Amino acid sequence: MSAARGLRVAAAIGLLGLLLVPIYWMVVSSLTPEARLFEAPHLVPRTVTFEHYRALFGERQFLVPIRNSFVVAALTTLLAVPVAASCAYAIARFRFRGRGLLLALILSVSMFPQISIVPPLFLVLRALGLLDTYPGLVLPYVTFSTPLAVWLLTGFFRQLPPDLEEAALLDGASRLRALVDVVLPLAAPGVATAAILTFLYCWNEFLFALSFTLGPERQTVPVAVTLFRGRYQVPWGQVLAATAVATIPVALLVAGFQRRIVAGLTSGASKG
Amino acid sequence: MAAIRFEGIEKVYPNGHVALRPLTLEIADGEFLVLVGPSGCGKSTLLRLVAGLETPTAGRIVIGGSDVTELPPQARDLAMVFQSYALYPHMTVRENLAYGLKVRGTPKDVRAERVATVAQALDLSQLLDRRPAQLSGGQRQRVALGRAMVRQPKAFLFDEPLSNLDPALRAQARAEIARLHQALASTIVYVTHDQEEAMTLGRRVAVMRQGVIEQIAPPLEVYARPQNIFVARFIGAPPMNLVPARVLGIEAPDGALAGIRPHDIAIGTDGRPTGVQAIVELVEPRGHDAVVHLRLDAPGTLVVLAVVQNEPPAVGSRLQVSFEADRICRFDERTGARLRQ
Amino acid sequence: MSPRLRSGQEHERWLVPLLVGPALAFILIGSLVPIAATVWEALHGHDLRLPWLGRPFIGLDNFIEAAGDPRFRAALVHTVVFATVTVPLEIGLGLALALVMQTATHGRSAVRVVALLPWAIPTVVAALVVRFMFEGLISPSFDWLVRPLAAWVPIGVADVWKTTPFVAILLLAGLQTIDPALHEAASIDGAGPGRRFLTITMPLLIPTLVVAAAFRILDALRLFDTVYVITAGGPGTATEPLSMYAFIALMQRLRFGYGSALSVTVFLLTFGFALVWVRTLGRSLVGDRV
Repeated sequence: MSAARGLRVAAAIGLLGLLLVPIYWMVVSSLTPEARLFEAPHLVPRTVTFEHYRALFGERQFLVPIRNSFVVAALTTLLAVPVAASCAYAIARFRFRGRGLLLALILSVSMFPQISIVPPLFLVLRALGLLDTYPGLVLPYVTFSTPLAVWLLTGFFRQLPPDLEEAALLDGASRLRALVDVVLPLAAPGVATAAILTFLYCWNEFLFALSFTLGPERQTVPVAVTLFRGRYQVPWGQVLAATAVATIPVALLVAGFQRRIVAGLTSGASKG
Repeated sequence: MAAIRFEGIEKVYPNGHVALRPLTLEIADGEFLVLVGPSGCGKSTLLRLVAGLETPTAGRIVIGGSDVTELPPQARDLAMVFQSYALYPHMTVRENLAYGLKVRGTPKDVRAERVATVAQALDLSQLLDRRPAQLSGGQRQRVALGRAMVRQPKAFLFDEPLSNLDPALRAQARAEIARLHQALASTIVYVTHDQEEAMTLGRRVAVMRQGVIEQIAPPLEVYARPQNIFVARFIGAPPMNLVPARVLGIEAPDGALAGIRPHDIAIGTDGRPTGVQAIVELVEPRGHDAVVHLRLDAPGTLVVLAVVQNEPPAVGSRLQVSFEADRICRFDERTGARLRQ
Repeated sequence: MSPRLRSGQEHERWLVPLLVGPALAFILIGSLVPIAATVWEALHGHDLRLPWLGRPFIGLDNFIEAAGDPRFRAALVHTVVFATVTVPLEIGLGLALALVMQTATHGRSAVRVVALLPWAIPTVVAALVVRFMFEGLISPSFDWLVRPLAAWVPIGVADVWKTTPFVAILLLAGLQTIDPALHEAASIDGAGPGRRFLTITMPLLIPTLVVAAAFRILDALRLFDTVYVITAGGPGTATEPLSMYAFIALMQRLRFGYGSALSVTVFLLTFGFALVWVRTLGRSLVGDRV
């Protein structure tokens, strides 16, 4: 029945196209001169201008928040992933008292509303002089990205057949050696997925960044973009250029690792 | 090579499940012992206890005279062939074979030499630079075997190594393992659920059920003189027939069951004292022989299996069935234990 | 769980605290202690602009004030209604999208990329783009952001746009775990596509739907980023959700005691929901992982 099938394919393409409309609009508008921004939109822009991007990286110094986001995301990932991986390995491979409780605890933390943590964290960071610094963001980020990474990696390690480690043990390797020689190389895909998801979390996080940074020197991209102020009104051209730039790393990660990301997200969720 | 001794070994899991009831067992140096039984009987648990992958809840394990109960697997100097082979997927065949030696700090030249010898013996020399993913099932099995051989361990442990192979390859691999035992005179503990494998490979066979060794004896003895109904029915295919003793016309205490193997049933009178009348219900030709389902003319409907070498009888035909008297085993109906003459 | 779970590794148990320690430390220090501190803070009067008043213990006074605060009540209503409206919408649309995505045999990767993109971009970015679209391009004569009810539309659109594809991906994975043989058997038995969907697909999809819904509800109750960007809670406070009111009390009005009480309310709301959900459905979000 190719008619019905054709209809389904058309519907699929239509729906997916619909999903992309805002992004397309964003990119096109970022290349449109400010004066023409609110005119009726054309599918293909008549005039293309880079004035917004120039202003973005010129006066606005948008490279600063980009740098901040990268640094914070990278530091968090480097810290959170090993922490989560070792915890996940222990949960997956060892049987110890309180294992269930630990997992439940870790999961429940991911359900906390961030706003509930802001007051004391703010006060503590202020007391420690960590407001408006990289560590001031990295530490809360690590705390909040670890649960997802642990959940992801626990599922992953569980699927790794224990045979291989046992074979290494019988071959004479100490548990640590077995970890390095056998488990680590095989854990690479799972670890990569956890790293990507952690990076995405940091890149997108808003509330903590808004609360714990005070000035443009340490603000991350989401905060910087939201706080754009024009002289009279919101400088939409630049805002859209900024959002387009903010989308690029994300788009690259998604395009490059979509299979991994989906596998990671659905391994736990779909089975309930 | 070393002897292995279990003293009062017991394994109970935290959730209460009893995997092994207290057992004491001695495996001689150079002996090939097969642990066989249905799933959940404890045979794999016993093997993993030897390996050190599990710790017993009670008892001692002694290997080659030393108590290893507290030792971790890496210190026990044993080699194990896993059901899944557990080949390191990211290493080449050569690296897989050499891993155990490398970990122990064996010098490079000794490593290379041993790997080459074993590769030669197992016909793997051409495959040394490949990865496990590029090998066939049979080749992987040989690499798993080679990895164990290279180590020259105190004993070999096999955990159902043939169950992932095609039936055609199984016989070949079985022969290889038998040859290995002959050549190295190694102590082998071999776990399988396949009773045929157990019978052909083992010098002694331990039939297990629910954490208990029901019988441990050389294969022929287990076959001909099973200790109880479970062993009698588990060993031998098609399984032993069990009928009330009077049906076979032999003397036995009330309520006893008689067991007779399909191979020991003869069809047609053949000059033997007459047995029982029966009708042929079904014939399953197997090529070199046939399994005949016979419905006996006895009170109650009883179907008995016989194996017939010659031209099998036609379905529906009526004939005389006789039994080899000295092959009949008697069992107590209640306890299942075999009754002596 | 089968008792045959590899329970070995009893030899190197000492590794466990080492492996679990760092994560546990972060979680304890990074969230559990702060939550306790917030609760403690909520029981005290603490106004950062009036430091000379100290931090007296005032028991549940902050909560009582909140209960009588019309702005709090409005924020609570906003939050709950928002969740009630958007979540079924997202689940429904997500299901439709998932069913459509299932038919795509070619270009699976492209489909996934397109579906992941809205989810992956920062919430504020999504919200900004939607706001831009509503500010002048969609029916330019109708100023959405100035009308109390209409202002919810761009907020809803941004939320639905961002999360529906993600829900679709979760549901798609759930759909793919359904053995196609079941559909084949059903069609041989005479069931048409509609009936098969209702009697085979939906029942088997329920676990996945439950999980997806739980996550979405949790996120909806924590609504903040989108509103901050699109309406800043306006016009007035017509679109202000709970998290936002707490944030304003804390960071703008510097009333830490009161703001903490509001935060605790959000916490109770989300956590309370999670507990009720888990208990009622008897399906732990932890699932069969333990």
